[in-house]
Amino acid sequence: MNDMKMLINTAQQVRKNILRMTLHAGSYGAHIGGGLSLSEILTTLYLHTMNISPKNVCNPERDRLILSKGHGAIALYAVLKEAGFISENELFSFKQDSKNFWTHPRKDPTIGIEFSSGSLGQGLSLAAGTALALRKQNNNAHIYVVIGDGECDEGSIWEAASFISHHQLDNITVIIDENKLQLDAPTQDIVNKDKLSERWQSFGFEVLTIDGHNIPDLVNAFSHRSTKKPIAIIARTIKGKGVSFIENNPEWHVHPLTQQQYEQAMEELKNV
Amino acid sequence: MYKFSSTDIRTWALLGQRGTLGKVLYDMIGERKNIIAMTADQGALIGFHRIQNQYPDNFINMGISEQNAIGVAAGLSNEGYIPFLAFQAAFTSLRCADQTHVAMAYMGLNIKLIGIFSGLTQGDCGPTHYALHDIALYRSFPKVTVLSPSDATQMVKVLQATSEVFSPTYIRIGGPNNLPIVYKEDFDFQIGKAITLREGKDVAIIATGSMVYNSLKAAEILSSKGISSTIMDMHTIKPLDKQAVKESLSHKLIVTVEEHSIYGGLGGAVAENLSLLKKRPPHLIIGTQGEYPHAASYSYLLEQAGLTPEKIALKIENTYKEIC
Repeated sequence: MNDMKMLINTAQQVRKNILRMTLHAGSYGAHIGGGLSLSEILTTLYLHTMNISPKNVCNPERDRLILSKGHGAIALYAVLKEAGFISENELFSFKQDSKNFWTHPRKDPTIGIEFSSGSLGQGLSLAAGTALALRKQNNNAHIYVVIGDGECDEGSIWEAASFISHHQLDNITVIIDENKLQLDAPTQDIVNKDKLSERWQSFGFEVLTIDGHNIPDLVNAFSHRSTKKPIAIIARTIKGKGVSFIENNPEWHVHPLTQQQYEQAMEELKNV
Repeated sequence: MYKFSSTDIRTWALLGQRGTLGKVLYDMIGERKNIIAMTADQGALIGFHRIQNQYPDNFINMGISEQNAIGVAAGLSNEGYIPFLAFQAAFTSLRCADQTHVAMAYMGLNIKLIGIFSGLTQGDCGPTHYALHDIALYRSFPKVTVLSPSDATQMVKVLQATSEVFSPTYIRIGGPNNLPIVYKEDFDFQIGKAITLREGKDVAIIATGSMVYNSLKAAEILSSKGISSTIMDMHTIKPLDKQAVKESLSHKLIVTVEEHSIYGGLGGAVAENLSLLKKRPPHLIIGTQGEYPHAASYSYLLEQAGLTPEKIALKIENTYKEIC
């Protein structure tokens, strides 16, 4: 129970990190909406589920996270800080010239960033190759891939999904951050995502649909395994979760924060 | 592993570059279990079935999903395997360019990507299957080595050499089975070091891939007309052998010949290298240009594109007479 409380608190701290980083990034702003929708997902993976820590980050037995929706990097950095992979100083080098931490993650095995991402639709294929490699080596590490619901527009996601189920890569869990918004508008209005769960099922995945902000649900879903079947978790989330004026507002896909907005947002988080 | 006997060389030539790829990879996998042969539903055309039967753990048929193929190769590479991934050059260069851009040019993963049926080889299939732009693309990608072997024996050397180095690499192969032989006996091969096949004083012909043999034949025609030619096999287009290009400066005319667009290929690479020199010979770039021809036989298309020995010789002779 204490564990759950710790995770809930950490996810809130991750949100605060995201707000501070966004403020710090000045006029660049940041992918704040998607960052906030990912807070519980990435917190639970790094601080509970995954066998990865700064100590074993170079160990082949580590579990691997692939952030296919690379624009969620702000949440990844915020979690890497809480999990001890990067320092406070590194966190606040976000979007600073000559520093490492920008809009999309750059491959850095020393802090558990397995691959560079940013061009959507590629992470699931990378996961498939990694999963095959681990299977050849009798390595039981598990691979978690985070993709967006908007990213499911990409044809290559479905090429990879076919391949993964054909090869029965049950060492992969795909997490679909279903926040129902993409850059321009609600995903449903652009290219509908009806029956997303059935789509993944029909591609041979065992599908779990959960509340992507409910940590006990995430904990259970992430540990779920199915013999010879990959898992797809549809994590229903709210883009901008936790800050009233950002929640469900497409304008906040990428946006800067004013000092006043920052203070209001921090106040709202404090009251949770 | 090989003796490079005359029998070996004849066998590889009969297999062509594609068949040689399947044979050599089969032998390499026998010795090195970290090599994975991959294709996107082209296995029957590159002799991968033997690998599939003998070494099923070292073979993956990706199906017709080129974008996913690059991602899977990237994942395998990231875990220490060496994927050799082969399918049509038209698609290795365009269908999955974004994936290769991220995996090879950005992350620098050790993927060996092999474009088969490059240039006009698959002429009967028409412009969707022409690959006249692949050098231009991969030459512009950071970190990526670009290789273009001139015959089947050199393909063996290329595969052996590239498997020894950690480097994302694009290998462009083409031509028919029963490929003309450029190298009749064993020879020294080093990535990045051009091979001079003939020495002359008037024209320096720098050729790559299928056009090395045609340039050798063109040089014989030119010789009969009193024009002597140096022939360089520029099998590595990136990194370019700058010393070899420098050696071409002693001639009255530099010519590059490639089964590729005149824009951005070997010709572009050499021209960029010469661009700051105050005094240098003129440079004739021979390759394809203009609209794509309709589907036709490979030999007909080479003729139309001016890439037969006779047409290459004629173009060089006319240019030489006009400006030298």
